[in-house]
Amino acid sequence: MPSFDPQAFINALPFAAALNMRLEEIGAGRATISMPWDARFVGDPATGVIHGGAVSALMDTCGGAAVMSMPGGMATATIDLRIDYMRAATPGQRITARAECYHATRNVAFVRATAHDEETGTPVATASGAFTFDRKDPAP
Amino acid sequence: MKRPEPVQNVKHRRDTALRALVQGVPYAQFLGIVFERHGDELTAVLPFDERLIGNPILPALHGGGIASFLEVTAIIELSWAMLWDDLETGAITAEALAEKLPRLPKTIDFTVDYLRTGLPRDAYARARVNRSGRRYASVHVEAWQDNRARLFAQATGHFLMPQ
Repeated sequence: MPSFDPQAFINALPFAAALNMRLEEIGAGRATISMPWDARFVGDPATGVIHGGAVSALMDTCGGAAVMSMPGGMATATIDLRIDYMRAATPGQRITARAECYHATRNVAFVRATAHDEETGTPVATASGAFTFDRKDPAP
Repeated sequence: MKRPEPVQNVKHRRDTALRALVQGVPYAQFLGIVFERHGDELTAVLPFDERLIGNPILPALHGGGIASFLEVTAIIELSWAMLWDDLETGAITAEALAEKLPRLPKTIDFTVDYLRTGLPRDAYARARVNRSGRRYASVHVEAWQDNRARLFAQATGHFLMPQ
């Protein structure tokens, strides 16, 4: 089996690469992806806080990666994704998203995710969503 | 009766204010989003760029890029609606706005509904402020590519208004 290259995974997704995302962990329906603070991703220059859209992009990528890592999982697309923003991410800190695919039917995968900055405690955001799933049953 | 204001003054004021607002959001600049204005109606344009791709095989726009486009559109529309009256009455001048932007609304939650694959071409979006109170606002956004009636994504978000 060829060794898995996390950077190749991100590079295959140009938008994730443009946001400098880094795949930290993936497997068995779970994924962890992080994104550095960057002045270009800021939503309100008065505060230096990262735009919610960039956090959404991180959550979406992480959710999709979790789905792809399910046994029998393949390429996926987001059906819907809801993000709740608990607090502003601290400027200058890396944001890390953790997503879990907690159930998959033949056609749909259900995902929840959280995002933290470098401080422990209350997450920056939580998300829940549904993704397309096309289960490939193992060959007989 | 007071003579109406010369049209070029009106356009200059509104365009200067809109430019200040949009250029004040670094992430909107990063994505290359521009806004077209007809009176107070805004249309956001996301010109296609290879960086926006999420699935190179199809190819399709990244869901996160689409979500970002919709959220930027919602916040700019809400801020624009919030500023409009003060801008028109002269309580705020476009120049003062360009000098120092007001605090922007903060996203409480945002739900994106992906209706169709985002094609590798320009995308457009319009937001509608369904309710805007002293503290909270609810905004709906619709996005399309080739046909206005065939949405490829829509979203609803709730926002905390700056105090």
